This record gives sequence, C-alpha cells and structure tokens, in this order.
Amino acid sequence: MIFIDPHIHMVSRTTDDYEKMRAHGVVAVIEPAFWLGQPRTTVGSFKDYFSSIVGWERFRAAQFGIRHYCTIGLNPKEANNERLAEEVMELLPLYACKEGVVAIGEIGYDDQTDAEDRYFRRQLELAKELDMLVLIHTPHRDKKKGTLRSMDVCAEHGLDPARVIIDHNNEETVADVLDRGFWTAFTIYPGTKMGNERMVEIVKQYGTERIFINSAADWGKSDPLGVPKTARLMLQRGLPEADVRAVCYANALAAYGQSGQIREEDWLDPEPIDQRQLYMGNTILRGGADPLVEAPEEDERLIIE
Amino acid sequence: MTTPSVSVDRDRVIALLRAWIDPVARSEGRAWLDEKRRAIADGAPAWQFFTAFSSVPRHLGKDDLRLTEADLAEADAACPGWQPQAWSVDQAGRTLLVLALPQADADAFVHTLDRVFETADVGESVALYQSLPLLPFPPRFRQRAAEGIRTNMTSVFNAIALRNPYPRTWLDEGAWNQMVLKAVFVGSPLHQIDGLDERANPRLAAMLVDYAHERWAAHRSVTPELWRPVGPFAEGVVLDDLARVLRSDSAAERQAAALALAASPDPRAAEVLAAEAPDLREAVRSGALTWSTLAVPTRPG
Ligand SMILES: [Zn+2]
Repeated sequence: MIFIDPHIHMVSRTTDDYEKMRAHGVVAVIEPAFWLGQPRTTVGSFKDYFSSIVGWERFRAAQFGIRHYCTIGLNPKEANNERLAEEVMELLPLYACKEGVVAIGEIGYDDQTDAEDRYFRRQLELAKELDMLVLIHTPHRDKKKGTLRSMDVCAEHGLDPARVIIDHNNEETVADVLDRGFWTAFTIYPGTKMGNERMVEIVKQYGTERIFINSAADWGKSDPLGVPKTARLMLQRGLPEADVRAVCYANALAAYGQSGQIREEDWLDPEPIDQRQLYMGNTILRGGADPLVEAPEEDERLIIE
Repeated sequence: MTTPSVSVDRDRVIALLRAWIDPVARSEGRAWLDEKRRAIADGAPAWQFFTAFSSVPRHLGKDDLRLTEADLAEADAACPGWQPQAWSVDQAGRTLLVLALPQADADAFVHTLDRVFETADVGESVALYQSLPLLPFPPRFRQRAAEGIRTNMTSVFNAIALRNPYPRTWLDEGAWNQMVLKAVFVGSPLHQIDGLDERANPRLAAMLVDYAHERWAAHRSVTPELWRPVGPFAEGVVLDDLARVLRSDSAAERQAAALALAASPDPRAAEVLAAEAPDLREAVRSGALTWSTLAVPTRPG
C-alpha cells in the first residue's frame, strides 16, 4: 500500500524520518507553510523559508524517493505582527504560482484576533484571484467556534467548499465540516490533536467521503509515520482496504489534485525532466512504489495517543 | 582578470529557442508565451514577469526538446560552447522570458534576475543557471555562478557545471577549480565540462591529486576522469601515483593513467608508461585510446 502525508513540516525532520517514511510506503508529502516554533522578525526569514520549501526540501525529499509539494501562505500566529505581515503579503505572489504549490495555506485563526481575521480574508481573496485551493488551520483553543467561523468567512468570500481543506478536525467539528461540503482533514498528533484509535472510530462512524488524515509532524513531539501507522491500525480493526486507501491516499490526492500541481504519475511515472532534476536519473520510484509496509520495528508503537 | 571576448548572437539564440518550442508545445501555450514576451519587452511590471516565469510549465509542459545534430551545430554557432541537448521546453520558454526583459539598463536587468534567482524553485534554478551563457552583461553574473557551484542540489550544480560555456569564459581560477573538484566529488561526468582541458592548471591538478590520496586513504576509488586535468601537470611524485593507477584492476582507470602519463611534460612519464603498459602506450600513440573513448559510466547531465 502507498500513502500520502498531506500535511507535514519536513524542514524540521531528519533524513532518518524520510527513510522510514519511504520504507513504510509514503510516496508524497505536502508541506504547508507555517510558523517555525519561534516567531520570525524580518521578511527575509520568510523569503528564505518559502524558498527552501519550494527548492531545497523538494530536492532533499526526492533523494529518499518521496515527492514533495507545498502550500504558501502567512500563518495566523505571525499575522499578528502586522508590520511584518504586510511585507509577507507582498511576497506571496512571487511563490504562489510555482510548480508543486498546491494551495494557499495554512491560513485561518489561532487566537482569533482582528489581525488574524484581516490577513485570513486577504489571503482568501488572493486564492480566488489566482484560482487556487485553500488549506485552513483550525485553532487548538476554542476549536469548534474557530472552525465554524472559518467556514462562514469562506462562504462570505464566495469560496467553493470543494476547493477548501479544513484541517485539524476532531469529534466535535467533523459533522459540521462534512455537512457543509468541505474537505475534512484530521491530524494524528500525539497529545494535542487526534489519536489514531479515535480516528478509526471516526471513519467507522462517518465513512470515508472527503475525509483524509495527516501527521502534521514538525519540531514538536510528533510522529512522521502517523499516516502509515493509522492505516495499519485501521486494517487491524477491520476496516476494508478500499476505505484505508481513500483516507490515507486517494482523498488527499483528489482534494489537492484539483490544483493541477500534484498527479499520481509524478511518483508512479515521473517525467524525464523531473527524473533528471530531482532523482538524478535514478528511477527510485518506478516499479518500487508498491507494498513497502514492513513489519513494525520492535520499539515502534502502533498506537498514537 | 581581463575581459574575455565571446560573441553571442542573441537574436539567433532567441530565434532558435523559439523554433525548437514549436514541435513540443501546444499552440495555446505558444501563444501565451509570445504574448508574455511581448508584454515583458514592453516594460510590464516586475510581478508580471515573476508570475509568468513561474507559470511556464503550466502552459508549455515539461517535455524534452527534440534537437537534431544540425540544431546543436546551430546552437554552437550562435553561442560558442552552448550544448542544449538536455534542455526541456519549459527551460527554453523561461530563457525566452528572461531574454525578453528590457536590456537598456544593466542594473535593472541584473536586479530583476537577482530576485528570481533568490526565490527560485528547483526547476527555475536549473533553467536560470543553464541560461547564463546566453544573457547580456555576463560579467555581472560571476558571483551568482560561483554561488550556483556551492549548491547542495546536484541538478542545479550540473546546470552550471555541465554543457555550459559560462564557467569556462567567466569564472576566475579559484571558482573554476572549486567547480571541477566538486564535479568529481558529486560524481558528475567531467567530460561534459566545457573547457576542461583548456582551463586545466597546476593548482587544480594538485587539488585533484590530494583528493585522490584522501579517497585512497579511506579505501575508496576515484573517477578515472580525475586524471584528465592532472596529466599536463603530472611530474615528480605524481608519476608514482599514476604508476599505481596503471596497476589498477579497473580497465578504465588503467586507460586514464596511460592518457595522463602521455600528456605529462616529465620525461620520466614516457619511461613509466613504456615499462608498465606498452600496449596502452601504443593505443594512445595510435589514437585508438582517447579521453572520449574512455569507458566512463556517465550519469545524465
Ligand atoms: Zn501544520
């Protein structure tokens, strides 16, 4: 079985992670632009960050047989530094149209301040103008209200819910987000977001339509194998393989595939030019993209709580 | 460094690139490209150039150009040393957009290119470095080229180092030597470096010999091509190194040592070669063995 992790911050991860992810069947990742754990103080830091997620990180991922895509945006936490936020807004058009940029994101609310609201709306307008998808980060605190508000604002700006991904959902938000027609993503992240046993129950209850999962692994205590581990757990708990494939691969591809910037052929049958630029002529993926899920290592826990 | 004289027929370059796109890209894509080139030439705001530059693959695709021997000969005539055999249609399109930028003000031109270089993704970086020999104001890009050589992305490094006449003409000796050494280090084929023989120099030869010693100390081998720029400066103890390579298990290494010894100015080189490998000496003398016939496994550039 092959997997996509459609939300992971690889700039914070090591080559061991890439190796393990590939060995467990991850063929593609999407790296949303977010904050780095420490606030940036100059626009140049944003520029170098954006450059590294469209450039160096993409190349680095390919060395391990993984295709790397990203989203570009001003995250809500740093939208609160308004002087800087203005400068970042000017930078966005320079990156948004690059190859492999699948959405504007992650944008939305963190503390739900006025500044966050302003830059969220301006980026929704930018996405509309550039005809791009949107990835929305929902807040940790006051999550339900923040999630509903995010969807209201999208509607207010005339965005098609089929072109918006609402991320970091939980049991409290899933029904509303599905009802309103948005893509409904879940983050398997130890401690603060979803555990994977809870995720199995959600799929059992709500099915698989428009639902997909990610690890959002970053610089915190997180698990870059969140997607393959949850897939294995789902199979163990009796979910059919087709459902597991939908939630751990196909739905993310369908959602972000609307951008035209991510296609299955990218990893199953890459173009010669991509082979040369990213894989240096090695057909890492071709013929090797099938079942790679290995027996779990002794010290590796399947359950993420 | 004195200003080298190179003549690039830029109008011819533009005509060639544009003609090569025809059989590879769809007509709507070509119309889009021509419209953008016109707008950029007419002084459209910078952001229009930036977004067009990023969007090229969406309009032209990413297929390889289908160039014939005759096309390559024309390329070399328009810009000496230009070898676009591995170019793709998006790279040709991006180069045409860069060449459409107004060139009346050198500072403005360089400033715009600085901004795209600084924000480039992998594909854009490759296209930009490949296009360096075709651009106006070539000395203004020396620093940029030296920086390209420091990249960790092999494809970006190869875009500047291989099949590209810019380094041969414009890099100073220090940067040139770093480039050749790095090509050895990352396993890029040296015979694809334009000017490899002409710009060989004693300092580079010494660096390469040191590098070979380091690798040998770690029980690792070196590419046989490493000896090519060493040969013309091989003397004294370096001949002992070459004698050692002449006894290698690898045919390609033995052949490379023979070619390097044959190029050496040291009279003892001929004696070593005659004593250790008379058959190879004969092959070099008859022209049956050259650096081009050397069986070196190559990676695509
Ligand atoms: Zn995130």
